[in-house]
Amino acid sequence: MTATYAAAEREASRTGHRAPRRRRRHRRGGWLAVYSWLVIAYLVLPIFVMVAYSFNKVTTGLPQVSFTWNGFTTQWYQQWNNIPGLTQAFWLSIRLGIASTILATVVGTLLALALVRYRPPRFRGKTLVEQTMFLNIAAPEIVLGASLLGLFVTINVARGFTTLLLAHVAFSIAYVTVTVRARLAGFDRSLEEAAADLGANSWTTFQKITLPIIMPGILAGALMAFALSIDDFVTSNFVSGNVVPFPVWVYGATRVGIPPQVFVFGSVIFGIGILCAFASIVLARRDA
Amino acid sequence: MTSSEGVAPAAGVTRRRRARPGKVLAPYLLSLPAGLWLLALFLVPLVVMLSLSLQTCNFGTGACVMTWHWGEFWSQVSLYHSQFLTSIYFAGAATIIDLIVSFPIAYWIAFYGGSKKNFFLLMLLVPFFVSFVIRTIVWEFILSDQGIVLGTLKNAHLLPQNFHILATGYAVVAGLAYNYLPFTALPLYVAIERIDKTVLDAAYDLYASKREAFTRVILPLTIPGMFAAFLLTFIPALGDYVNQQILGGTNNTMIGTVIQNAFLTNLDYAGGSALSAVLLAIALVGIFAYARLLGSRTIEEYL
Repeated sequence: MTATYAAAEREASRTGHRAPRRRRRHRRGGWLAVYSWLVIAYLVLPIFVMVAYSFNKVTTGLPQVSFTWNGFTTQWYQQWNNIPGLTQAFWLSIRLGIASTILATVVGTLLALALVRYRPPRFRGKTLVEQTMFLNIAAPEIVLGASLLGLFVTINVARGFTTLLLAHVAFSIAYVTVTVRARLAGFDRSLEEAAADLGANSWTTFQKITLPIIMPGILAGALMAFALSIDDFVTSNFVSGNVVPFPVWVYGATRVGIPPQVFVFGSVIFGIGILCAFASIVLARRDA
Repeated sequence: MTSSEGVAPAAGVTRRRRARPGKVLAPYLLSLPAGLWLLALFLVPLVVMLSLSLQTCNFGTGACVMTWHWGEFWSQVSLYHSQFLTSIYFAGAATIIDLIVSFPIAYWIAFYGGSKKNFFLLMLLVPFFVSFVIRTIVWEFILSDQGIVLGTLKNAHLLPQNFHILATGYAVVAGLAYNYLPFTALPLYVAIERIDKTVLDAAYDLYASKREAFTRVILPLTIPGMFAAFLLTFIPALGDYVNQQILGGTNNTMIGTVIQNAFLTNLDYAGGSALSAVLLAIALVGIFAYARLLGSRTIEEYL
């Protein structure tokens, strides 16, 4: 998700479009356009299937979605919270996502400030921090999850909400920092200096000048952290113990059969998410 | 951006003004919380993992004692080398498919997206609005033997009745390719978008054909994006076990499944740690090659 964000930033920061010296013959890209729409259709197809199956009737009497189509029903939407484990797992994921987003955003933003403003003579170890972040983003997630489980077992910590929270913040910080840093890079320091010249102390300057300017970056970082947390399966599966977040519960259910409510949750979350995304695009366009 | 030239001297002035002793600690205080968090919950666990891989564990209780047993690495790798190879093979296949499938669409959005670029980028991200596990389960439904695709084709007698895709390597590669496609397409898009269009015009002015402009200008300039795509697709796919367990059935075991079973089912922390360390080493080779070739900052630019 940072990629779009970074791309949009770059788009916005560009001062003007250069006039193309040569008009290309196919303004819409011809066959390339057809191909691209096919790829988009391929990406969207499973989502349609998910929504369709959330309306599928069940004929066996067991609470499982069947592979075959048995007819339309809205029964599963009416009984969306009929499966206690699933509903609990969902609310746990929401609480976990909010808590880890707040922590990772605060901690990650502070690190981004340090990385953008200070260089090695004043900030020794900057390279070390950057390399750690790089490694954290690039290492396979299963290694992170497995090593965290190894740690918790070694120091004999019971697995539960706390271990989940510690782990989720650990894998979100680097993404938040990268996102906020992208926003901070184009920051005009002379505004802060102007505030200081007008007699503002450093806290007032931060609160009234710096924070409002980097807020979009912080929000994008927070969104990233929330998306990472709410969708995380691999790490959560290692460190969750008996406290089961939504993706881990769904994965566990694949062994006994998926209740239709899983697809109801999936469809509703998708609907809310996509509405928010479209709203933000429309708002961004109106601002521009 | 015109003001950016004026900042450099101004910054010099502030640095002199701010040379108060309390400010010396500022960078360290700002990075302290994140630094401690990453140290305690990322670097220390990696060290613990390496230490665990040298210990001997009781399978029943999961209790481990340090024995400096280096043989664990050798025995685990010789036991599971085929799963390592399967992982590299599947992840590699999915990455190559993703690069080929997403290059044209990234190119199209960058060159023809116009004012709708953000909309098309959102379309690339659409799968992320559905939970990863649910996406994979939906592919299980789509590819199932009597499901909407195979069932229909079988009823139309276009496929033999015993034809199946689930529980084969093809299903796993298809799932991996679908799930990681956006991670390939976005860095590629960023790289193509960055190409200065005047360079392309220069190539045409120097009588380059369309093909030459593509192979000698566009392709070389997108290599950093391809590396970033490789890193963001191949490495996660290498350790993935969700696709393999849901789509691949009991065959085609990838190393992620072996590690997960070692830790969560067999409580063989030593063996699991050794395997994780080997997997990390394989990933690190790729990551360091990347960092050596392009510098570690570049990956951040493509995120």
